[in-house]
Amino acid sequence: MMRHEVIKKAFVKTIPVMAGYLVLGIGFGILLRDAGYGTLWALAMSLLIYAGSMQYVGVGLLAGGASVIMTFITTIMVNARHLFYSISMINRYKDAGRYKPYLIFALTDETYSLLCNDGASAAEDISLYRFLVSLFNQCYWVIGSVIGSILGSVIPFSTKGIEFSMTALFTASFVEQWITTDDHIPALTGLLGTFICLIIFGPDSFLIPSMLVITLVLTIFRKRLDKESEAGI
Amino acid sequence: MNDLRYAAILVAVMSVGTIFLRFLPFLVFKKRVPSYIDYLGKVLPSAIIGMLVVYCLRNTAVSYSPFGMPELISIMLIAVLQAWKRNSLISILSGTAAYMFLIRIWT
Repeated sequence: MMRHEVIKKAFVKTIPVMAGYLVLGIGFGILLRDAGYGTLWALAMSLLIYAGSMQYVGVGLLAGGASVIMTFITTIMVNARHLFYSISMINRYKDAGRYKPYLIFALTDETYSLLCNDGASAAEDISLYRFLVSLFNQCYWVIGSVIGSILGSVIPFSTKGIEFSMTALFTASFVEQWITTDDHIPALTGLLGTFICLIIFGPDSFLIPSMLVITLVLTIFRKRLDKESEAGI
Repeated sequence: MNDLRYAAILVAVMSVGTIFLRFLPFLVFKKRVPSYIDYLGKVLPSAIIGMLVVYCLRNTAVSYSPFGMPELISIMLIAVLQAWKRNSLISILSGTAAYMFLIRIWT
């Protein structure tokens, strides 16, 4: 593939994330500004933290005068799922070379869902492609937060509901994976395990129990699933 | 000035904490990837995407009008479109447009 084709392919892939990140970024910028921290802070947080829900929580921590320890613990709790993303990208990012540090740094929920099942196209291009997808996504997020911080709440049209594009992105990825895989145990484990944990633990603290349940169930099914994935190659 | 320093420290802590989590598995398994981790790497993506779908919908109100119907209808639309056309962009844009429309007419 020519270089500009890789750029185009990466850009088209990130269009759904663009809508969501711009709007959620704007929302973050507005919140942060209302908490008394201006554009430079929005820029710094979106460049250096680059984790959507964590930055929203971070506004509360800043405004509430949280301690350093509390902030660190909260960060680990809110972002624990990133361990999962990294574990499943170890092999895919193995040969990424100079792109690797940024690929790991920029592994958000959305970037993960775009890259966790990209068929390896031409090997020399795939790292550049993954790098560009990651970079474009962070650009949308940074631009969104800066816009929100500058404009405040004077956006000229109602964007209410556009954040649903993130849910839509994960739903489309879920269906696509469902179609392209034979064994649906992992997908069902993720969906039902998380749902059951949501019912039991409530919307504020179900994520870590869900991760434990998913790991446990997938470990139990290892004999069966591992054999199939080897047979599939 | 103290306020600025406090905020800078907090932002740094959030940044370092997040980077730590993202890099940890890569550092721990730098030399050799145990077959168990290798296995998890294969099966986790499907499970995590399922988890993220539920995560996004965690605050959906189902006990009062419109009872989560905009979410349900939009998600069904996305699933049908994706299974039929296999084009994520079409599914995502249509589903989001449907949702934005439904929450405006359905209150």
